[in-house]
Amino acid sequence: MIGAVKRRLNSATFADERAGEMVASRSFWADAGRRFLRNRMAVFSVGMLSVLVLFAIFGNLFSRWSFEEIDWNVLGRIKQDGGPSLENGHWFGVDELGRDLYARVVQGTRTSLLVGIIAGPVSVILGATLGALSGYYGGRFDRTVLGAYTIWLAIPYIIFFVVWQAFFGRSMSQMILVIILVNWTAGLLIVRGQVMMLKNREFVDAARMLGMSDLAIIFRHLAPNVLWVVVIYTSLVIPEVIMMESLVSFLGVGIQEPNTSLGALLSEGASTMTFGTLWQLGFPAAIFVLAQVSLFYIGDGLRDALDPKER
Amino acid sequence: MLSVQNAYVEFRVAQTKKWPWSPAGVVHAVNGVSFDLEAGKTIGIVGESGCGKSTLIRSVAGLAPLVSGTVTLDGEQVEYGNRASMQRLRATMQMIFQDPIASLNPRMTIREIVTEPLTFFRPEMGAADRKAAALAMLERVGIPPAQANRFPHEFSGGQCQRIGIARALVAEPKVLLCDEPVSALDVSIQAQVVNLLKELQREMGLALVFVAHDLGVVRHISDEVLVMYMGAQMERAPAADLVRAPQHPYAKALLSAVPVPDPNVRIAPQMLEGDLPSPMDLPPGCLFASRCPHAMAKCIKARPPMVQRKGHEAACYLLDDASKKPEPSLIDG
Amino acid sequence: MLSVENLHIRFRTGDGLVHAVNDVSFSVDAGSRLAVVGESGSGKSQIALAIMGLLAKNAEVEGRIMWDGQDLLGTSNREMNRIRAREIGIIFQDPMSSLNPYMTIERQLTEIVEHHEGMSRRAARARALEVMDAVRIPDAKARLRAYPHEFSGGMRQRIVIAMALMCQPKLILADEPTTALDVTVQAQIMQLLQDVQSDLGTSVVLITHDLGVVAGFCEDVLVLYGGRVMETAKTMALFDQPGHPYTRGLLRAVPNIEDPSDALTAIPGSPPNQHRFPVACPFAPRCADVVDICRETLPQLRDGRACLRPIEELT
Ligand SMILES: Nc1ncnc2c1ncn2[C@@H]1O[C@H](COP(=O)(O)OP(=O)(O)OP(=O)(O)O)[C@@H](O)[C@H]1O
Ligand SMILES: Nc1ncnc2c1ncn2[C@@H]1O[C@H](COP(=O)(O)OP(=O)(O)OP(=O)(O)O)[C@@H](O)[C@H]1O
Ligand code: SF4
Ligand code: SF4
Ligand SMILES: [Mg+2]
Ligand SMILES: [Mg+2]
Repeated sequence: MIGAVKRRLNSATFADERAGEMVASRSFWADAGRRFLRNRMAVFSVGMLSVLVLFAIFGNLFSRWSFEEIDWNVLGRIKQDGGPSLENGHWFGVDELGRDLYARVVQGTRTSLLVGIIAGPVSVILGATLGALSGYYGGRFDRTVLGAYTIWLAIPYIIFFVVWQAFFGRSMSQMILVIILVNWTAGLLIVRGQVMMLKNREFVDAARMLGMSDLAIIFRHLAPNVLWVVVIYTSLVIPEVIMMESLVSFLGVGIQEPNTSLGALLSEGASTMTFGTLWQLGFPAAIFVLAQVSLFYIGDGLRDALDPKER
Repeated sequence: MLSVQNAYVEFRVAQTKKWPWSPAGVVHAVNGVSFDLEAGKTIGIVGESGCGKSTLIRSVAGLAPLVSGTVTLDGEQVEYGNRASMQRLRATMQMIFQDPIASLNPRMTIREIVTEPLTFFRPEMGAADRKAAALAMLERVGIPPAQANRFPHEFSGGQCQRIGIARALVAEPKVLLCDEPVSALDVSIQAQVVNLLKELQREMGLALVFVAHDLGVVRHISDEVLVMYMGAQMERAPAADLVRAPQHPYAKALLSAVPVPDPNVRIAPQMLEGDLPSPMDLPPGCLFASRCPHAMAKCIKARPPMVQRKGHEAACYLLDDASKKPEPSLIDG
Repeated sequence: MLSVENLHIRFRTGDGLVHAVNDVSFSVDAGSRLAVVGESGSGKSQIALAIMGLLAKNAEVEGRIMWDGQDLLGTSNREMNRIRAREIGIIFQDPMSSLNPYMTIERQLTEIVEHHEGMSRRAARARALEVMDAVRIPDAKARLRAYPHEFSGGMRQRIVIAMALMCQPKLILADEPTTALDVTVQAQIMQLLQDVQSDLGTSVVLITHDLGVVAGFCEDVLVLYGGRVMETAKTMALFDQPGHPYTRGLLRAVPNIEDPSDALTAIPGSPPNQHRFPVACPFAPRCADVVDICRETLPQLRDGRACLRPIEELT
């Protein structure tokens, strides 16, 4: 009896039936999602990043001070009284000008994440579109784009920030705009390469046989096939952009006071480090590292989940 | 149904340029090919790798630039620059490809793949009708409609080729161009696909252009065979005649080398010595002269014209001379 | 000389194990010509790669590959390099992938012998000329300085064969050497392999799925399906009376150029799913002679055939 059941369970037809049921169609993205969820570190990082985002959005609700208010009680005695404290409501202490550091860190995190989350994807989309056109059409257009790319890379980007600041100022939206302009090359080469490879696949010819226009082919048939590259690349560019913003703020050509960003806070914290007000560096640095590390692991998880070579 | 007259295809290649301003090299990929094809019939195209078979049919389909020559489809000359004419062409002529897997978009389900042509060629159909037509076509080529929501990578090569055939035929074209549709498949699956194509041809009255380098398969499916070499036609004859008695020296060599799946038969392949001419710098004479065992002085001076002989058409001076002389067998008789 | 015993090859993939080769055994005698046939994905190339120690990193191997009394699966990298260079040569399907596009043919030919046999430049060059002549490359002396892209597909494949011959190996593994080539070039290459084999007494294992080539060239045939040996026999016997339904199906499916009957005889169905280790006859879902027991029992290779039904009962 048991033998018969066992034999049935071992039979090829039985296994075939089961296998047939299991191979319900999973799209590439569903598959990738499954693989991503299996990566503990990446999932944990998504959680961490969500916490940071919530902190940036709702952190203000818990602060007693606004980010530009000066607490005259501690001004002048910052080293002694300006540290983190529960009594006076400065959870993270105050900065060199006596402003609440907690509120400023919330504000800075908001700026940095916003810069990353807007400027990163937008510049990759810009670069990827150019790359796709360039790879698809080839020829003179391709050579022009590549030429511009090479020249662009040779110019130190800090110049753009300095020049832009001189002419247009440096509000948050200005900042994001410059970062996008500086980063238009992001993802260009890699998407161009992918498209050059894909455009010789026969399914592109099949689409041409339907009378599809070039742009329709690029966006309907090629784009879904390079989307995974774009996603991976975006996950790499976001932390890079945050870093870039921090760097220019650190160098003093970034965001306009009293608005701030993690980079600007780090810069201020670092300049007063020797006075013994270590919290002014510590809190922004911790948040900054947290953001970078979780973005890194998310990117890593995406790469493992999406890159066909990894399987 | 389909008539191709004197097709020439060239590609400009930039890689060989010495300086940015020096002129681009020109690859002469197809050099004067003509054939006619009736509805319900098949023409097979054979020749060695790189001789321009794919380029020829791609140019007929408008995927490669035809520099000169005319293509007439259904009695109407195709204008490759004209959108309306091209759209008519595509509705009557579809194509299947060599690499079954690469010819399907990996991010689309097979139902989307097979439905797509209907949105272009049958815009009057409703979405539900389209879906039904696509599923019916998939069923016809042997893919269960229950699997229509799967992605191409979930199918084997042979199944992918069937899906490619379904996509090509769903809008009911009259001409099907097949670019080595079975080269990537192994024999047992190849036979399935060839049989399927023949059945569909009978049902739909399709005209097939069938490129392959397996002469057995070509002989099997074709009514007429065109032998190409260096982009030019060497011989064109009914399939049975070509296999039984090839006339052109290249066709002879090609057929002598076909392996026979029987260990008791020893084939005596005729070895071709010598190099191929460069496609960027074609010789003025017979393109096969550098490897032809019968090459004569006049062969390297001018291209031999196509001549009729015993129902074959072949481009060779040997046959030209022979056709002027009375046939030896006739004298004997 | 070479004997493969109970070879299993599995690949770890994101979707679980792929059982590519399951319990394959065969041997190759000195001076013999063995054909390995079977459909795409049946594990032909992986067996060759396992012999050469060149399997992908995600592969797991089990079994023994005995070469001159030594198990190749256990040998060190260093020793394997020596064997690869001097005793077993391999010819891949795509000639371009085994030639370095930036090196002259001469360098590629001589490098191996200079390195592994300590041959002098001059002697190596002389040998290179010899093998280039042996593979019938006209004007060999001048062509030695050319780069791979200056040759046609057929000539490149000959150069790859020349490379395999440089060290006068005892065994050549040829993995579909002519699949990408047309029949005239294929005939030349097969002739060439035959000459080399009879002149030098090299053994050849020819992987292919072209039964025509098998009939013309090999003495013995090994038929694989779903990573298992279905049948092994002398070529003559195999073509005379194939003992396995799969072999029969294969032979019937070959289009006959002389007599085109109306429909080709296809084997219905699709290749097997390799995500499970076979527990029954892998060919059962497509077999015309299948009986219930075939779906439950794994046939073992007996008298050169792995089929549960006697030959007389097969269609
Ligand atoms: N886009 C292109 N640009 C330049 N040369 C090309 C291009 N496409 C094809 N060629 C050349 O045209 C010639 C004919 O190529 P084609 O692909 O038509 O050969 P084929 O007969 O189909 O060969 P195969 O049997 O290998 O498919 C070759 O010399 C090839 O190098
Ligand atoms: N690195 C790998 N990871 C996972 N699976 C693999 C890997 N390499 C090969 N395989 C699988 O192993 C099986 C056997 O492949 P193999 O290359 O030996 O086939 P083959 O018989 O040579 O076929 P062909 O005639 O197409 O060359 C295939 O199903 C293939 O998908
Ligand atoms: S024309 Fe001359 S070279 Fe050409 S095939 Fe005939 S005999 Fe040979
Ligand atoms: S064991 Fe059964 S299923 Fe397998 S080949 Fe023999 S008859 Fe066919
Ligand atoms: Mg081709
Ligand atoms: Mg292989």
